[in-house]
Amino acid sequence: MTNRVGIVEVAMTSGAETKDYFLDQVFKISKEVLDKSGITRDDVGTVISASSDVFHGGMSCANSYYWDAGAAFLKNGSRQDGESLFAFIYAVMRILTGNYDTALVLGVCKGSENPENDVLTHFFTDPFYQRQMGLNETIAAALQKREYMDRFGITEEQCAGVVVKNLKNALGNPYAHVKKKVDLDEVLASEVVMDPLKSMECAPKSEGIIAMVLAKEELAKKLTDKPVWFKGYGSSIDGFYLGDRDLLEGELPNAAKRAYDAAGIKDPRKEIDVAEVCEPYAFQEMLWCEDLGFCGRGEGGKLLESGATAADGDIPVNPSGGVLAMNPYVSRGLYRLAEGFLQIRGQAGERQLDKQVNTALAHSTHGFAGQCHAVAIIGS
Amino acid sequence: MEKKQDYLILEDEVAIPYENAYGPTWTRFFEGLKDETIYGTRCAKCDRVLVPARSFCSRCFVETDDWVEVSQEGAIISWVLTEYEYFGMPTKPPFIGALIKLDGTDTNFLHLVGGIDLSDPDYVRKTVKNGMKVKAVWQEEKKGHIMDIKYFEPI
Repeated sequence: MTNRVGIVEVAMTSGAETKDYFLDQVFKISKEVLDKSGITRDDVGTVISASSDVFHGGMSCANSYYWDAGAAFLKNGSRQDGESLFAFIYAVMRILTGNYDTALVLGVCKGSENPENDVLTHFFTDPFYQRQMGLNETIAAALQKREYMDRFGITEEQCAGVVVKNLKNALGNPYAHVKKKVDLDEVLASEVVMDPLKSMECAPKSEGIIAMVLAKEELAKKLTDKPVWFKGYGSSIDGFYLGDRDLLEGELPNAAKRAYDAAGIKDPRKEIDVAEVCEPYAFQEMLWCEDLGFCGRGEGGKLLESGATAADGDIPVNPSGGVLAMNPYVSRGLYRLAEGFLQIRGQAGERQLDKQVNTALAHSTHGFAGQCHAVAIIGS
Repeated sequence: MEKKQDYLILEDEVAIPYENAYGPTWTRFFEGLKDETIYGTRCAKCDRVLVPARSFCSRCFVETDDWVEVSQEGAIISWVLTEYEYFGMPTKPPFIGALIKLDGTDTNFLHLVGGIDLSDPDYVRKTVKNGMKVKAVWQEEKKGHIMDIKYFEPI
């Protein structure tokens, strides 16, 4: 087995809605990442993609549609149906088998073609019980938010503060979808959608086609002066029924512990230089920060207010603007990872953090109220 | 000349039929609702009462076939007030979706809270609280459906 897997390059679309044809976008981004890496399609060992049929124009086996555009013609390709960080670890493992020198990882989701996210998340439910009760991701998040406020005294102002911070960060991100400076009052005054959730606390629906080239250690070193190394990964999956879970004591701590153990991280707040977390609902960023060990239980609001998670704080969270600024549903995990990659390389442009970034954390979640979590650690 | 968008858009809609099989456990649970009975199953390993009734315990990975009729009263764990129509809604808004912990059970039951004036959101926010005790109110006509319970109303 090779020792290490390196990320060589990344290419991605911005979240803005386009009227471009989906396959043209997949082709363009796949070609771009290979060109940047200095390799051709012939050099690609395997292609692992992430997409979800329900987020894909109602098309089933949607991967069969985009394989050609994604450089997988005549390749040994495979798909993760769902969150794209899972596709990343799948590609890492394929290289670790020693059977492949390189892997192309793809995350594809063209949100502009889809109905509202909640029309699609409604189909995460079982047909007999939760679907008949009208459950979708926003309803689940609203239930979780009320418990979070009730149990730990999290305030509306703190929730709104996450939106202000992340959208401010997004102003410096050419790949972000929502580019808008907002203040606390504006967020607090935004329309209540599912009480207690307000419209500006909920992520948009974005386009996001992203491609990453991974390579085994010696090749990664040849292809780039600045490989970013895979350090650790962990995921954990909670029970399906929303009512079976304590929505504030989920599985992210377990996922994080598995990733930290693999990466040898003992004090996450000190050892992680930047974290990109998946917060489709503003309050979740604070809850996930607790779960990731950046602060104690119930202290997510205080962590935010202290400025620690701001771009100039000691543990910057979502310098990209996060999912609140860019929500290409299935691809959002890979977008988190891409931001960590660019920060480590010092290629994050205007939003480059004003410190040495050696270690980055990327988190993703899917399912209702954080049923499934994945955490990846990468480093220089 | 009228300004045209750059590229064409195909408007599309997918509506296709499915037949989902309830199997024995869901069937018994929904038949129970017809008789104004809410069934759970008790896990022999962790002793938790799981509602709705199910055939296995996710935590213990063992079969659960000890059927229990559970209380129709419980406490609100969390709730959400919905004031607009959305795809898949269970009833016309406004309505309150809630997780309710039925007395003597160990999971939260997803259903509606009703029987109070929902026309004023401020009144709702002042009135409905986590921890509030509620009880089931049944529809007159039963269909073997989760909405055979009309809603849970404050006690």
